[in-house]
Amino acid sequence: MSINTRIILAVCFIVLAPFVGGFLEGCDRKISARMQRRIGPPVLQPFYDVTKLFKKQYVVVSRSVHFLLVSYMSLMILTGAMLFAGTDLLMCFFVLSTAATFLYFAAAVTNSPYTTIGAQRELIQMMAYEPAVLLTAAGFYVAAGSFNTADIINYDYSLIIKMPGFFFAFVFIMTIKMRKAPFDISTSHHAHQELVKGITTEMSGKNLGIFNITEWYENIFLLGVVALFILNKNPWSILAAVIVILLVYFVEILIGNSNARMKWETMLKMTWLVTLLSAGVNLLVLMVIK
Amino acid sequence: MSSVPIVPFLIIFPMVIALVMLIIPLGDKANRVRNAIAYISCIAIMAAVAVLVGLWVAGGTRPIALYQEGMELADNATLVGEFILMIVAVFLSFKYHKCWISIFSIVPTVAIAWLEKSGYIQHESPRIYIDHLSILMCLIVGIIGSLIVIYAVGYMHGYHHYLHKRVQDRRNYFFMVLFLLLGAMFGLVLSDSLTWILLFWETTSVCAFLLVGYTREPVAVRNSFRVLWMNLLGGCTLTTGIIIFAAATGVNSLSGLTAFAELKAGTPEEGLAVIPVALIAFAALTKSAQLPFSTWLLGAMVAPTPSSALIDSATMVKAGIYMLFRLAPAMHETATGNMVAFVGGFTFLAASFIAIAQSDGKKVLAMSTISNLGLMVACAGMGTPETIWAGIFLMIFHAVSKSLLFQNVGATENSLGSRDIENMHGLLYRLPFLAFCMFIGIAGMCMVPFGMLISKWAVLRSSIDENDIIMTFMVVFGSATTSFYWTKWLGKLIAQTNEPKVKDITKPNEKISISIHAVLMIALCVLMPFLTKVYVEPLLGELFGTTAQVIPTSVLYLLVFIIVFFFAVPIISYAFSKKMHANQKLSYMSGINTGSNDGFTNSFGNETKLQLSNYYFKNVLGIRKLMIPCQFITLSVLIVMMAMIIGGAF
Repeated sequence: MSINTRIILAVCFIVLAPFVGGFLEGCDRKISARMQRRIGPPVLQPFYDVTKLFKKQYVVVSRSVHFLLVSYMSLMILTGAMLFAGTDLLMCFFVLSTAATFLYFAAAVTNSPYTTIGAQRELIQMMAYEPAVLLTAAGFYVAAGSFNTADIINYDYSLIIKMPGFFFAFVFIMTIKMRKAPFDISTSHHAHQELVKGITTEMSGKNLGIFNITEWYENIFLLGVVALFILNKNPWSILAAVIVILLVYFVEILIGNSNARMKWETMLKMTWLVTLLSAGVNLLVLMVIK
Repeated sequence: MSSVPIVPFLIIFPMVIALVMLIIPLGDKANRVRNAIAYISCIAIMAAVAVLVGLWVAGGTRPIALYQEGMELADNATLVGEFILMIVAVFLSFKYHKCWISIFSIVPTVAIAWLEKSGYIQHESPRIYIDHLSILMCLIVGIIGSLIVIYAVGYMHGYHHYLHKRVQDRRNYFFMVLFLLLGAMFGLVLSDSLTWILLFWETTSVCAFLLVGYTREPVAVRNSFRVLWMNLLGGCTLTTGIIIFAAATGVNSLSGLTAFAELKAGTPEEGLAVIPVALIAFAALTKSAQLPFSTWLLGAMVAPTPSSALIDSATMVKAGIYMLFRLAPAMHETATGNMVAFVGGFTFLAASFIAIAQSDGKKVLAMSTISNLGLMVACAGMGTPETIWAGIFLMIFHAVSKSLLFQNVGATENSLGSRDIENMHGLLYRLPFLAFCMFIGIAGMCMVPFGMLISKWAVLRSSIDENDIIMTFMVVFGSATTSFYWTKWLGKLIAQTNEPKVKDITKPNEKISISIHAVLMIALCVLMPFLTKVYVEPLLGELFGTTAQVIPTSVLYLLVFIIVFFFAVPIISYAFSKKMHANQKLSYMSGINTGSNDGFTNSFGNETKLQLSNYYFKNVLGIRKLMIPCQFITLSVLIVMMAMIIGGAF
């Protein structure tokens, strides 16, 4: 990949990701509504919501929340831009975890009870999904011989053939990252009963808007990683990747609408078990046949 | 350069000062004199390290070998030193009715004396060898160690005046041991003669023992003897390794051992090097507090904080890591290497689990030290240039960050009266300076641009390259748990609070030492890509004889970019958010917030104070639950592997 393509792709991500992410969330709400036999909001509703949030009065519990959230968003954009620029996947994931740490800070700094419990659960979520995320990077390294996403997408065939276990584990932890039931324990897109709004309880107006946009960036980043499993030298694989992405997104919506929230203990155990059995066994096989 | 007088100065000067420290009596006036001498000596030590580095750079950063001929007097002096150590250890073990420990001291001392006089050692080799790795260790010991001593001067004053009034004031003795430890560390990292290394090795063991037993309380005495026997056990295997190697080849030098092992790899004579390497690596595992020997380091936490800082960050435990790095080329893809890598990786994982359950700040630091040392040991065990690269950076960052954190927790305890993390709620508003530096120290251990992360990157990559799936799992899961326990501590520090400010009784010298550490931490982070090029790659060249680039340039550039981004974004956005007009409101408590964010109305209509606490999972991950099974696993692996290595060599 030439340096120009890399920059163009990264810039495309920075500019377009919020629009695509917002649009996908709009579809999510529409599809979810249909699954629940409601009509649902218009597809562009997420954009109306965020625009409105930025027009609201700036009300805070702690002034520090804002700069921590901006840092969270910036690091998340950096993560995605790194992925789309074809750089090192493992580094992307490390920056991703630092971004998530800033979200934790933004919540912990308020000292509000619901937010703090949500933040603690967010940390547990991070602990739950990090092994799967790092192992996915490891899997790509074994399968494609490089951590660089530019090399991974130029492989002879789709890597999902070699890495079905990793794919399953990654989609599994995406449920946590996308805050879908049964793993929406730190906060959720729906009215939350036990923790009010969990980690986002004290975010309002602008701050909540930033949080929402960052979620969009994050979703596009995650779907980008899903695409890595499919993309290869053949240009037609782009179409295949888009189809798989949409399928994965639909499956996540389906899971989210057909499950009840779990306790965090169950989540941690399940995630680590799936990571070990699915990604771990796949890694073992890859190392043996290498 | 035929002779460098600065080398003996570095080793002997701290020992002379140690004597001076002991001689000066107690009492306010005399204390002032002692403090002044301690300051001056620390500065002298740092200056001496600077001179050594200067001479070495002036010589073109080539390795320097010194003192090959006519060293009978010095060799005899090391023997005398061995016997003095033996007498101290034996006397104290008998005094406290732990006679059995004295065997671990008597047997190796007598054996090494026999070796020296038996004439087995035929080849005169340089006693001192200075290369990139020794210089790096000298810098760590010289700068961090001296700063800790400077900190100790202020800390011990507060320790005896505020916190532990009942403990007998034996500061002359305390400072003696601190300086002795510094001298021994310089000796250890500069020596190439194995018998010299043994002397300094045993000196650090005995010094740690003396420091832990400082208060003479029953628990301190009990823990100090645990420090003693575990480390002396390592000394025993080290002695055995030295004797076997010297008897078989007539060589008495560490560089000779690694060269021999690399040269003979795959030949029938391989066994001659395999056993000594395995035994010395075993000794290094005890010194670096790897499982099953980790309990000595936990017990060492009863000592006053400066000694914990010195033992855990800059000196003692790094001695084991240093030895393993030296042996790394000889351990690559051998059974010993696999053993060391497994024990290290397992310790990394297990200790990070146990650290989650600790709420005592010092215990978290101890467990995380063990855990990080485990990762370094694993790096050494895998023994590729890439892992040693990672190990070196882990060591540098760990030394600075842990030294900073130990000093900081100690100073916080003096001011706050507690070192429990739960009591550090909102510390950033109560003790701003200390909390800020603590934040930097912790960030250095777990956040992106600081060294830990890129090191994990390298470790993960090499464990995949080596097809080591167990190591991959241990690194991946250990890294998740490590972030968890550090991040929740950071959250405690920054949470808002209405608690009143605490009077900061931290002495200026403590503050100086802590701030230098904090600045150093950030500087290291920023300079890391640069250090790789100018320092660490030549170091690896010396160890492995190759000059290959270990970390791709693209990754280094990426790293520079991330570093800049990481520092710029929060600062800029903070500056902007300061100017924004905000409408401040109370936090949400279902409408029963009593009006100041720190309490709510309970169901009886009374006010209840709001208390927020972190997760610890004590009943699943506590020391009591996990330590013994983990020790059992590692001990069985060690026994089986050692038996296989020794049996396989014949």
